[in-house]
Amino acid sequence: MQKIPYVLYFALFVFLLLFEVAKAKDDIPEFFVPPPPFSEGIFPCSGCHKGMEVNTNRRELSYHEDIKLKHFDGWCLDCHNPNDRDKLRLASGKVIPFTESYYLCGQCHGDIFRDWKAGVHGKRTGMWNGKKEYRLCVHCHWPHQPRFRPLEPLPPPVNPEDNKYKKVTQDQIPLNPVNNISDKLR
Amino acid sequence: MPKEIKNNILQKPFSRRALLKGGALGLASLALPVGNADASVWEAFLQKHFKEMNDDELQSVIKRMEKEYAEKYNVNFNIKSTKPLPGTLFGYGLDVSRCIGCRRCVYACVKENNQSMEPQIHWITVLRFKKGEKWVSSLEEAEVYYAPPEVPEEGHFYMPVQCQQCENPPCVKVCPTQATWKERDGIVVVDYNWCIGCRYCMAACPYGARHFNWGQPNRAKQEYNTETHYLGNRPRYKGVVEKCTFCIQRTRENPGRYPACVEICPVGARKFGNLLDPDSEIRYCIENKRVFRLKEDLNTSPKFYYFFAT
Repeated sequence: MQKIPYVLYFALFVFLLLFEVAKAKDDIPEFFVPPPPFSEGIFPCSGCHKGMEVNTNRRELSYHEDIKLKHFDGWCLDCHNPNDRDKLRLASGKVIPFTESYYLCGQCHGDIFRDWKAGVHGKRTGMWNGKKEYRLCVHCHWPHQPRFRPLEPLPPPVNPEDNKYKKVTQDQIPLNPVNNISDKLR
Repeated sequence: MPKEIKNNILQKPFSRRALLKGGALGLASLALPVGNADASVWEAFLQKHFKEMNDDELQSVIKRMEKEYAEKYNVNFNIKSTKPLPGTLFGYGLDVSRCIGCRRCVYACVKENNQSMEPQIHWITVLRFKKGEKWVSSLEEAEVYYAPPEVPEEGHFYMPVQCQQCENPPCVKVCPTQATWKERDGIVVVDYNWCIGCRYCMAACPYGARHFNWGQPNRAKQEYNTETHYLGNRPRYKGVVEKCTFCIQRTRENPGRYPACVEICPVGARKFGNLLDPDSEIRYCIENKRVFRLKEDLNTSPKFYYFFAT
């Protein structure tokens, strides 16, 4: 009778060990500074969806009318978890939080996922030899229409041929280089 | 011997050379501010080359510079003299397939590095090419002044060019005063006090990365970045050449921040890291992507790698 708890302890220990090994193997960066970019007031989804019946039919949505899926030939519930609306669901059935949505994207975009983990795809800020700040895929790519949105470019450089610059007059040309040194220092 | 020559103090005849030398020195001493000037003018005039200074001399020079800048610009600059980190060789990666030509990097650089506003100096030039056209060998013919309402434009791609931090820099080779050199971490720097403004380096640079100060920085007081490095973004004098330093004031720290252009890039096309660290982002790019360097045939061996990630 006394032996059973020891076995349980051992099992727990093995389980924790395996869990730690599995965690260490996963080369996902530890932290993300910015939280997922939800539209204002939309999260938690269960705020509205709680108690709603799950409808798996494809149809015109009456509430999320701003979402037109231009990504792949799929439907909401391919990624969103029907049973707990505050989570996402992988093709394998594994349920993941919104903060780990990169697993979802990585299902199809494996090469990009690999680059992103290495810090090559996507924006990274912080320290080049220290703590780095990552972005989630969805910070730059709206998942429903993931193409990067065009930006307004900042102004072009001044073209010297536009004759914008004043002509330098003779008295502005420094004649005495030594005077010029002291002028620099003032 | 004629009498009038015998009468001089040294009892020696003046040679033509001695007379001219003495005369020139005398005139020069008249031109230098003697009476009214403070000692710092003389210190600046007699300042040694940075590479010849020991740490104490460098610190005193930096102190003097900070004082001069404070008087001149009414801004208190902090000039760092951080040494290269051991085991570091900086490398840069730019993903041409991601760049959308938005020029955010150009202006982030200007904000960080105290360039002249008027006349304008940009360390980064974004080139626009038509897809399918001959391009790498004809950088000079690329469009620089594009200004559509939105980028990226259909059928075009963009390539920002800045100092490539060559391992074999032609600009350093041609400098007649050795006012520019390559540091141990691979950054090519300029001694703004030693530069005479001959612009040989600008002619020698195949990438158009060096820029000449036709004037003073001309920035509003609050526009100056006061965190500076003596080989980097401290305010430049009129008549000297300047260039990208991989944000030496940010990167040469432990831990050091990414350069300003990397930090601003909205598409994450810019990558930066230590070429000697096998786990760095730049090494991953070189090992896994199709990288190329600009004008490789010139044997400048840049540490700036362009690549196509897709």
